[in-house]
Amino acid sequence: MIHFFKKSKNWVLSFLKKFEKPIDEILLQEVDATRFIVLDTETTGFDYTNDRILCIGAIPLQNGVIAIADSFEVYIKQDHYDKTSAQIHGILKDWVMDRPNEIEALQEFLHYLGDSIIIAHHTTFDVTMINRALERNGLPVLKNKTLDTAVLYKRTLLNSNLLDRKDNYTLDELADKFDISKKDRHTAMGDAYITAIAFLKITNKLRNKKVLLLKQLYR
Amino acid sequence: MKNTISHRVADFLKNFPPFNFLQPKEIELLSEQISIIYKEKDSVIFAENEETHTSFYVVHKGAVALINSSENDVLDMCDEGDIFGLRPLIANENYKMEAKTFEETILYAIPIAFFKPYAQDNRAVGNFLIESFASNTLNPYSKSHRGKLYGENIGTETVENDKNLIDIQPVKYSKKIVTCSSITTAKSIAETMTKKNVGAILVLEDKLPIGIITDKDLRNKIVTGEYPITTTAGVIMTSPVITYSKKLTITQAQMAMMKSNISHLCLTKDGTPNTKAIGILSKHDVMVALGNNPAVLIKAVKRAKKYKDIKPIRASIMHLLQGYLDQNIPMTLTSKIITELNDVCIQQVIAIALKKMSTPPPVKFAWLALGSQGRSEQLLHTDQDNALVYENVSEELETKTKKYFLELATHVNKGLFDIGYEYCPAEMMASNPKWCLSLKEWKNQVHHWITNPGKNEVLLSFIFFDYSLSYGATEIVNNLSDYIFDTINANPVFYVHLVSGALQSPSPTGFFRQFLLEQDGANKDFFDIKRRALMPLADAARVLIISHSVKSISNTPERFEKLAELEPTNKELYLACSYSYKALLKFRTKQGLLHHDSGQYIALESLSKLEKIKLKRTFKTIKELQEIITIRFNVSNIL
Repeated sequence: MIHFFKKSKNWVLSFLKKFEKPIDEILLQEVDATRFIVLDTETTGFDYTNDRILCIGAIPLQNGVIAIADSFEVYIKQDHYDKTSAQIHGILKDWVMDRPNEIEALQEFLHYLGDSIIIAHHTTFDVTMINRALERNGLPVLKNKTLDTAVLYKRTLLNSNLLDRKDNYTLDELADKFDISKKDRHTAMGDAYITAIAFLKITNKLRNKKVLLLKQLYR
Repeated sequence: MKNTISHRVADFLKNFPPFNFLQPKEIELLSEQISIIYKEKDSVIFAENEETHTSFYVVHKGAVALINSSENDVLDMCDEGDIFGLRPLIANENYKMEAKTFEETILYAIPIAFFKPYAQDNRAVGNFLIESFASNTLNPYSKSHRGKLYGENIGTETVENDKNLIDIQPVKYSKKIVTCSSITTAKSIAETMTKKNVGAILVLEDKLPIGIITDKDLRNKIVTGEYPITTTAGVIMTSPVITYSKKLTITQAQMAMMKSNISHLCLTKDGTPNTKAIGILSKHDVMVALGNNPAVLIKAVKRAKKYKDIKPIRASIMHLLQGYLDQNIPMTLTSKIITELNDVCIQQVIAIALKKMSTPPPVKFAWLALGSQGRSEQLLHTDQDNALVYENVSEELETKTKKYFLELATHVNKGLFDIGYEYCPAEMMASNPKWCLSLKEWKNQVHHWITNPGKNEVLLSFIFFDYSLSYGATEIVNNLSDYIFDTINANPVFYVHLVSGALQSPSPTGFFRQFLLEQDGANKDFFDIKRRALMPLADAARVLIISHSVKSISNTPERFEKLAELEPTNKELYLACSYSYKALLKFRTKQGLLHHDSGQYIALESLSKLEKIKLKRTFKTIKELQEIITIRFNVSNIL
């Protein structure tokens, strides 16, 4: 019921949007009118309490279209810095020195995100990191619906005992599987892009030529 | 907004035209405005007659088919780096075809409003877009869209190019002038001229030219003993000097030399003897400049007394051909001129060969060029394919006559080989007794081919029916042509064989958007432009033109033009064929000149994207044409 409400709300929203947009874009759109935000964060580490977000990269996804001009990328100034994680994300402390501070970045991000559905790879990690940051800054936590490509990917695999199904698939594995270039891996935007394409390919598999309802992804 | 993804997009775009014509900074800016679109297999990007989108598209991954939905005909297949949906950029009308993903596809949508200024400011970008647009439309020769981006500019540019054809180019003169004063002695003048290796020296006074001394002056005045070797320049110089301005054209220079019967012109700043001398122009300079003139080459060929005299002239012809191609002279004109020159060479070889014979020919004969030379399409040095036909003689003279012409043909074939035509590997040469026959024997031969059309017979008639007269008696050839048409009309079933032969040439593209490459042999992995693209067109043109009983047009583009005239309903297709054939021929010629071979096999990776597009768009025409002849010459339709 909630899904249905969500769906119809989105439908109303998109219906309203139709009047703002030039007519040809409506013709471009097909069935799925949901607006997703695909995001990834780069952090100083994996500890929810002590580690901090250095960068949030997010791209909009609607009806299979990613508008680069509407993408969002923010580097955040942090006091906490961990040299070991720098090897992975390559963000140097100096690089984030004169960037917006956490609260500015979060407000900007919340404004950008709106009520879109969040897609990420291992979404729990990214959302928890963001929520902890929001709490620290006295802001309400995210109430957005989320989807996780790591979980959804498993749904595309055959449910067979013969198949060696892993519990966990990394973004690298998805990129390899779907032939997505791993250039820019471990940058927030780069990973968000890989996640977005992976999501599109997963839904394409699940769709199986039929209209895919949002609720099927939440099954 | 500059970010990681736009970098990624820019990184991809910079490898493909037209984006590679842009500055890196421009690509960056453009990439920030792009949308990335994911489409599953078989999804429609835009439908026919749909209102145009605000973007055009680049295929990042996958493939997109452009389809004529009413006939469900795939017009073009776009793969990585290809652009489509250009109509809104060029014309203000709805899409004329459907674009549908052929496989799972990622597209970059490029906003037209943002891109248009680049297309207008950057000529290379604009030209590429127009070219691509034309290749996506049904008529590949739709030049009518030119100028839409730029107004009339493009037209005037071609006119300028054409000017170079006529020899009114400014002359190239030698800027380092050798000078002396009027008191220099003849001896030291001769020494200077020898040292500087020049044929003339200017005599200056206050930097102004007052006279000129040439080799001829020294010979006539000093060597004859008329003047002693110590005479000063002032005495022996020719004065006043004939002066011209440096804007002189080759033709003007030639005229000036002829008029005053002199071999050197002095060029001065304003063209009068009262300004500083800036250069000297000799008869030799003019000859060099005229070296690229067909008329001069023809003259040179006709003066040749030995086969080997013709060989260097043929090198000049190749040079001329290269120049024409570089200048983008229309292919029709280029092939006409070059063929004319080649014909003159062949005629001269035959003339020389005739002199080698102890007696003049006993009867009239005709030398026939076959195959591509016969079709006036042989621009490069290729194999020689030729035949000889002579008048009927009485039985007792038969053997003797044949012997004479075989001997003549052997001389000619050798001569052609000496000037650069390889021997035909299939022995299709007049020195082969099978290809050196009397008119009566040829008629029997042709009758046999037409009434017993096996695979070989059809192939042989293909080669033979494209003959053209190189040398000799026209009436013999006409007689033979008439006989061929009459025989074919009496045996319509032969068309079926001609058509099946014409359709035998393998198709240029494979099942899906790839060029079909050769599978084995020395040319493995090369594209055979002759067999896969030129021959299907030439074969089809031959069948159609024979069915209309049109004789004496053997050139393929001309045949198509004639067909367009005879069949107004198919006019557009035939004109497209004619254009495609010329384009392919030009392509082959350019490749041949580049690699110094026949240009038949093309390494695809050496081609630019633009060249591939041009090549590919001729294939659609080939396919349509083959469909026409398949239907028209269906067995049931003929019998």
